[in-house]
Amino acid sequence: MSIQVINIRKTFDNYVALHDVSLHVGKGELVALLGPSGSGKTTLLRIIAGMEEPDPGSGAIRFHDQDVSGRRVGDRQVGFVFQHYALFRHMTVFENVAFGLRARPSRSRPSKREIKGRVSELLRLVQLERFGDRLPTQLSGGQRQRVALARALAVEPRVLLLDEPFGALDARVRRDLRRWLRRLHDEMHITSVFVTHDQEEALELADRIVVMNEGRIEQIGTPEEVYDKPANPFVYQFLGNVNLFHGRLDHGQLRVDGTDNHTPETAGPTPPNGIAYVRPHDVEVARTGNGDSIKARIAQINFAGPFVYLLLNREGAAPVEAALPRERFRELALQQSEEVFLTLRNARIFTEDYSI
Amino acid sequence: MNPVSTLASRPAPARRRSAVTEPAVVRYALIGGMLVVVGLFLVLPVVLIFHEAFADGWQLYLDALRDDDTVSAIKLTLIAAAFAVPLNVLFGIAASWCIAKFEFVGKRLLLALIDLPFAVSPVISGLIYVLLFGLQGWFGQWLDKHDIHLLFAVPGIVMATIFVTFPFVARELIPLMEAQGTDEEQAALSLGAGGWRVFRKVTLPNIKWGLLYGVIICNARAMGEFGAVSVVSGHIRGETNTLPLHVEVLYNDYQFSAAFAVASLLTLLALATLVAKSIVEWRTGAGGPAHHEPGLPVTVTQIAPAGADA
Repeated sequence: MSIQVINIRKTFDNYVALHDVSLHVGKGELVALLGPSGSGKTTLLRIIAGMEEPDPGSGAIRFHDQDVSGRRVGDRQVGFVFQHYALFRHMTVFENVAFGLRARPSRSRPSKREIKGRVSELLRLVQLERFGDRLPTQLSGGQRQRVALARALAVEPRVLLLDEPFGALDARVRRDLRRWLRRLHDEMHITSVFVTHDQEEALELADRIVVMNEGRIEQIGTPEEVYDKPANPFVYQFLGNVNLFHGRLDHGQLRVDGTDNHTPETAGPTPPNGIAYVRPHDVEVARTGNGDSIKARIAQINFAGPFVYLLLNREGAAPVEAALPRERFRELALQQSEEVFLTLRNARIFTEDYSI
Repeated sequence: MNPVSTLASRPAPARRRSAVTEPAVVRYALIGGMLVVVGLFLVLPVVLIFHEAFADGWQLYLDALRDDDTVSAIKLTLIAAAFAVPLNVLFGIAASWCIAKFEFVGKRLLLALIDLPFAVSPVISGLIYVLLFGLQGWFGQWLDKHDIHLLFAVPGIVMATIFVTFPFVARELIPLMEAQGTDEEQAALSLGAGGWRVFRKVTLPNIKWGLLYGVIICNARAMGEFGAVSVVSGHIRGETNTLPLHVEVLYNDYQFSAAFAVASLLTLLALATLVAKSIVEWRTGAGGPAHHEPGLPVTVTQIAPAGADA
């Protein structure tokens, strides 16, 4: 079941949460809505679910060519997983999962035995078959999350929507659950949309990422595309660390301020300003430099993780972060306060008038 | 021996002043003062009620309770509570559902109105009914023409009781429902449940202990109300006297032990209310959702999704 979001606009009082957003989610896709808080991602998810209404006169929501804009949440056949799980606190795990089946109108309601069978099957799927009699308060966060998922899947939804599904879990559980959810999705192929502010989560889990900011979609693409080819400075900064180098554009080349290779002071029009965006692992560190390299001094060395992170101070500019593979760092045998030369790989240049 | 070693070798004093408590004098004075106040103002009166009630012996006590006027007062009190409590439960649930789960214009006004009976003196609320429904009141003539008697009759007493007990259930439920939020209801809706089912299966079970608590104190107040009921009742013996009014009547007639016997009924009601209230509090404390979550001895790694590889 594909999802089509067409020109959806949402205003709260006098604050615009979504500016005419359009989006297509293909059948069986797992899509992440990624953005900082206030970017409108949760509002969009809730509008798809039917829990929030778009502005009157704004566009439509379609599920596989069927306009569902006028349908209530209960009639849209969506499975919704809430950020804080929203499990029914007075019901056991079993009753929670069975709720959707029992709520069906009597003619389509499965028999008691069928319900029992379905629920057991779902509990097995989320690996909680022994926990049917527990109350939600007797479960860990990760377990609750899986109950919420089983409950949403019980009604055989056409679309699965998850609001910050791993937001309240600790790092380790989060990672395990993420991978498990990806496997589950690959088995079930249910069209899914999840909201997250965690770029790592989006990059690891999603088929495609929708980067949102201030009620607008900044970029839609595969994790590789949005990470390697960000459409604009916002996406660059939001997805991963990045260094900014200010300079002047000259024949499509950026002359970074502070390098020896100045643009000649000509009488012509001043060349436009530009900013180069470079990921830390694309900053090459060397003992010697040429005219193009940037002088910097090592301020801090951090050995944690597979990379060695250097914080480098530049004269008259913001500090630079560089990530070096451990072997390379050992080879160079760099010391604190040492002066080094930086060269930039894979820099993407945006003109300065682009406001973030 | 040098002074330093003397100091060091000296044994620590047996009773060192505690760093976290006040001196004994202060502690005993405060605790003693509190006991005196509680004893004088709370315990002694209760003891006295029973002492006076039984002052002339068991027989007189039972006779006082079996008296026709007393029985009719008990009946009327029960009738008033039987109307006021269910109606206020209905109203309380509706109002708190609406206030806690929805946003609308006039919400603050509604909240203030619910608090009104707390704010005005019960005597004033009784007087308002007299001004509205009394013979000289706004609707008095019309009611009289149609032979409808609200004041100095059972309906007036029921109405005054409802007014005074108006806020109890709602005030108990609003903070509870606000704390619980609307997530569970939305989840139930997304699973296809209808409004009534959501209320019955999700909202109501979540508030049942708070509701019971509200019912208990609402009932206690409904049965014990004096001021408002006094104004609208007319003190007709055997007809419009509730228990608290009957106590006053007996007392003014110098039938002290009878007055205290009836008062002891109300006191027993109060004590029963306290016990019921404590049970509800204990129950919500132990099994209530919002108060605490039991520790989770289950290690997550045991059943972590990583095991799904198998």
